[in-house]
Amino acid sequence: MLTGRAFKFGDNISTDHITPGRLAHLRSNLPELAKHVMEDADPTFASRVTLGDFIVAGANFGLGSSREHAPLVINMVGVSAILAKSVARIFFRNAINLGLPVLICDTDKINDGDKLEVDLIAGTVNDITNGNRLTFSQIPEVMLCILGEGGLIPYIKKYGDFRL
Amino acid sequence: MGKTLAEKILSQKSGSDALAESIVVAEVDLVFAQDTTGPLTIRQFQTSGFEHLANPNKTALFLDHAAPSPNYGLSSDHILLRRFAQQTSCLIFDVGDGICHQLVAESLAKPGDIIIGADSHTVTAGGLGAFATGMGSSDIAIAFGLGKTWFRVPESIKVVVTGNFPGGVYAKDLILHLIGNIGANGATYKALEFSGDTVDSMAMSQRFTIANMAVEAGAKAGLFAADNITKDYLISQGRGNHYQSVFPDADATYEQTINIDVAELEPTISKPHTVDNIVLARELKGTEIQQVFLGTCTNGRLEDLAIAANILKGKKCHPETRLIVAPASRQVLLAAIKAGYIQKLIKAGAVILPPGCGACLGLHQGVLGDGESCLSTANRNFRGRMGNPRAFIYLGSPATAAATAITGKITDPREVV
Ligand code: SF4
Repeated sequence: MLTGRAFKFGDNISTDHITPGRLAHLRSNLPELAKHVMEDADPTFASRVTLGDFIVAGANFGLGSSREHAPLVINMVGVSAILAKSVARIFFRNAINLGLPVLICDTDKINDGDKLEVDLIAGTVNDITNGNRLTFSQIPEVMLCILGEGGLIPYIKKYGDFRL
Repeated sequence: MGKTLAEKILSQKSGSDALAESIVVAEVDLVFAQDTTGPLTIRQFQTSGFEHLANPNKTALFLDHAAPSPNYGLSSDHILLRRFAQQTSCLIFDVGDGICHQLVAESLAKPGDIIIGADSHTVTAGGLGAFATGMGSSDIAIAFGLGKTWFRVPESIKVVVTGNFPGGVYAKDLILHLIGNIGANGATYKALEFSGDTVDSMAMSQRFTIANMAVEAGAKAGLFAADNITKDYLISQGRGNHYQSVFPDADATYEQTINIDVAELEPTISKPHTVDNIVLARELKGTEIQQVFLGTCTNGRLEDLAIAANILKGKKCHPETRLIVAPASRQVLLAAIKAGYIQKLIKAGAVILPPGCGACLGLHQGVLGDGESCLSTANRNFRGRMGNPRAFIYLGSPATAAATAITGKITDPREVV
């Protein structure tokens, strides 16, 4: 069970909003890069987010570049899962590869600042603040296995290959 | 049962019947990373415990995004990449060689290949009939080590393009129009497969422009059949032996079909801050532009520079508008010098950058100031993309870029030629 506060964002939050290209020189200095997480979407996010919180977004979250640094710094600042109406393909794969759950559900029913409880096994989001209960769609089996091992690197270290 | 291009290539390479929605593991013919994704890829490769590449001659690194490097942080990343190449004997393309996707097209990609790269515009190689897609550093690191990866076989959307392009209208306008219509989310997890009379006679440079931007509609791949035009292109690159014809089956199943008659198109622009925010160039008439950027993996090829040079020939850029040009590769730059395009552009007032990504991603070489607007031939106009979240990016064709450089305001190219 994951619990935390919702940080609400709109549609089409790109990897440029999360980790702008102008900060590419910090990509080998991740703690420094993490201080700028989501900077071009909400400059106050990095100073407000705490361990366990959720990013709750609209449609097409994470579109744009393939930079894995985007989910990586989101993970580093303690976000426990991303909830969105839909998510861009490469970002989805990258987040799962890092062990960061991405849950597709109707995020219109969640407000900024709401307290949430997410049950990854039951597939439910409980909005404690407004009493709404949402379900999220299941992700492909292979991604579930990768997520279950904590990400792609631990998965490959354990099995040595892809197991379908 | 008939197969789409995506299903055909993935079936052949995975040795299974790869129909849409199935999950397959396939060997990759090329796996690569560039200088802003490569360092993390190398660290993930090492963390995974790999010591050797599965296939050094099918693994490549490109120093193109920050080339030459603007600061010591990125210079150190370049050193890391060069050392890794030395240790593992993988291919490396250094500062000044050009943009990864252009170099892949020129010298590495083959029809029927599976190509994965740690860069979202890896889809560009779909222009010559390769199943090419972008992934993140972890996936690429594992493919460095294992020589393969897993794929969910995408459903395909068939885009049938017919008619003749009117003067001043190009492949860039077509792909902006398509993305505007289906939305930045319109092809997520799917492949866009292009066909029709117009595509059958379309030059490779235009196919690359279209394939390149497939990802801006969320697509996993943007695919073209490999035909005689592909063959001639490979021959011109000294790689005629890399050709094989690749076509979809006539009875393949598509998720949907979209028909576009290019005769009805006009010069098109995508407005800040999303690529699907399209309007016609003439509807933005009068919008002042401080910087025009001609280049990138979308429109930095010889044919693109030719279009702009011919419009700018004997003319001058507007005094309040700077024109920045970045050829996509060394080969493009040399050919553009030989053809006289570079001289024409410089005389019109252009600054020529070294081959590479240049101003595209906001690192250097053309960062926008507060409140400034740029007309760019690139593929993305997200807030902050060109280094400043308080600036505005409009996307258009090389012809629209050249016309805009002359007037200093967004201009339909049909007005100046
Ligand atoms: S030119 Fe721009 S879009 Fe293309 S690879 Fe370089 S940074 Fe990416």
